[in-house]
Amino acid sequence: MLTTAPETPAYLPAWFAARQQSAWQRFLAIPAPKRGDETWRFSSIKQLDFSSFRKTPVSGANDLIARSTGLEAPAAKLVFVNDELVHVESRLPEGVICLPLAEALVSHSDLVQTHFMKQETRLGSAKFAALHEASLTNGLFVHVSDKVEVEGTIEVHHWIAGENTVIFPHTLVVTGKSSKVRVVDIFRSADDVAPGLAIAVNDLSAGQNSQLDYVAIQAFNEVTRVIQINETSAFRDASATGFILNTGASWARNETLSRLEGPGSRSDMLSVSIPAHEQEYDQRTFQHHVSEGAYSDLLYKNSLYDHARTIFSGLIFVDKDAHHTDAYQTCRNLLMSDTCEANSMPGLEINADQVKCSHGSTSSQISDEEIFYLRARGIDPVNARQLIARGFSVDVVERLKNNEVEELVLKFIDDKFAHISSRGA
Amino acid sequence: MSLHIQDLHATLENGTEILKGVNLDIPKGEVHAIMGPNGSGKSTLSKVIAGHESYIVTAGSVTQDGEEILGKGIDERSRGGIFLAFQYPSEVPGVSNANFIRAALQARLPKGEEIDAVAYYKNLYSKMDLLEMDRKFTARAVNEGFSGGEKKRNEILQMMMLEPEYCILDETDSGLDIDALKIVAKGVNAMRSPDRGMLLITHYQRLLDYIKPDYVHVMAEGRIVRSGGPELAHELEKDGYEFLKEPALA
Repeated sequence: MLTTAPETPAYLPAWFAARQQSAWQRFLAIPAPKRGDETWRFSSIKQLDFSSFRKTPVSGANDLIARSTGLEAPAAKLVFVNDELVHVESRLPEGVICLPLAEALVSHSDLVQTHFMKQETRLGSAKFAALHEASLTNGLFVHVSDKVEVEGTIEVHHWIAGENTVIFPHTLVVTGKSSKVRVVDIFRSADDVAPGLAIAVNDLSAGQNSQLDYVAIQAFNEVTRVIQINETSAFRDASATGFILNTGASWARNETLSRLEGPGSRSDMLSVSIPAHEQEYDQRTFQHHVSEGAYSDLLYKNSLYDHARTIFSGLIFVDKDAHHTDAYQTCRNLLMSDTCEANSMPGLEINADQVKCSHGSTSSQISDEEIFYLRARGIDPVNARQLIARGFSVDVVERLKNNEVEELVLKFIDDKFAHISSRGA
Repeated sequence: MSLHIQDLHATLENGTEILKGVNLDIPKGEVHAIMGPNGSGKSTLSKVIAGHESYIVTAGSVTQDGEEILGKGIDERSRGGIFLAFQYPSEVPGVSNANFIRAALQARLPKGEEIDAVAYYKNLYSKMDLLEMDRKFTARAVNEGFSGGEKKRNEILQMMMLEPEYCILDETDSGLDIDALKIVAKGVNAMRSPDRGMLLITHYQRLLDYIKPDYVHVMAEGRIVRSGGPELAHELEKDGYEFLKEPALA
């Protein structure tokens, strides 16, 4: 997959074909990350050999559609298998465009062009963002018109099916003035044994006074690798919430950047990760305060089992005119074994006056007294530890402020804990 | 049918002996109180019975209705009917009270069997009403941000929900104002039953005004040094533990 330029289908607009070609050139030109690069500090560079992966035709679509369970009554539901749309249903109100990207590129070419991959990828994966841009064949495009509020949730399933399959999921969500929408991406593998690769990008643009909530549930099998790039822009008085759950994959890299572009804007950057066995999650974040008077709050929590490894590197960056910034960053690690490893590199760069910023990172273990208390109520040690670890994650999930979505996320968290205990925690 | 403690010796991990031969029999249907000065080993006794792993039992036995429990794990003893109300209950962030008690009840059921949620909440609410606990406590994380009195009430709530055979209450009265003490006592008294034995551990006689014990024991330096009826508590209240310094006590 890394040797031949992907071909843009002829029915797609010329600007898009040009973007894909230039992205391919960029992919070839940008050097591969190497040990010693600041943005790849502590990373396992060896994970970046993707030469064995290729695009694969859809197989087993009906089975995967049946397995695409999520919310009870989503406002819209789309199912992609190997980036191909295999199922769609929608109860969305007027004023909402919710289309597969391949279709939106034709029917709403100008609108897509205005918003498509506008940010520079600055947290290390520029090469892979270029590969994504050059290679993507589909995705989701959501545009919510001014003053339209979507009450339910748009639920999108992304499946990888087949040995050594690569997918390039793309989610682009744009909210107009005073509108509201919530999108949940659920990433899974068709089986537990076939290695896969996902290089995903999601672009969120929260227009003035709008509310945009995005949830990514990454529950691939444990022989899949993931690069996920999240870009968020929040304009005046907008509120953007991004939540990432990592339970799957052998290796996942999340690069998450929020740009606070207008006064009164707010970005909540949330994540829960529960790595076990040999899983490794590598998370890089950037809270970019471009405008004055904006608020960003990052809370990442990791519960690490067995030989799991996490890396958190976060930077709050306040531009020189971004006065009256409120920016917070917290990463907390719960070490569930003596052999896990949590690396944290919080950071702060402030170029403005009168800012309130804090950053902190902690690592802790469950105390013996806490375990004694739960066991003295009859709860066995394995369940006691899981109850505590689940409780550790819950306050992040509750920040989603939507019961149904919280329950969905907790279901994946509980599945992971069940998986851990079934193999002996 | 009793919780029987025979010549119990226990040390800290560093070898310091805390319990130096405790003998005590708590038959079902009776309430016993242990009083004693700080450092006498009262709390250690409660933790050793519950199975705390920081203590090493070097001699003696604890039997429940004739069956040795010292070889059992902490959670196994709890499921078997031993309950310890903690002096300092742990906080469990992110785990709601309702889910916590439910998990404890669930642990008592055979694999595959589920708790009936409707019946569970009905039962929980009736016990909370008796303890004058606001319904909002079901959703709050276990003991997190609770006042001292709220934590103690929560311990009694758990005890009432788990319906143990033998209850050990470690300094349940400490940190309680008189109103909270009365409510806690009401909960404990409601639990008194011919099918249940209770051991109250307390530093002060005050608790025993509200929960009348059948027997009072005095513990000092790791042993029970004196036993008697409820009047012993009043004697101690009047004269303090001075008598411990006198020689020749039975």
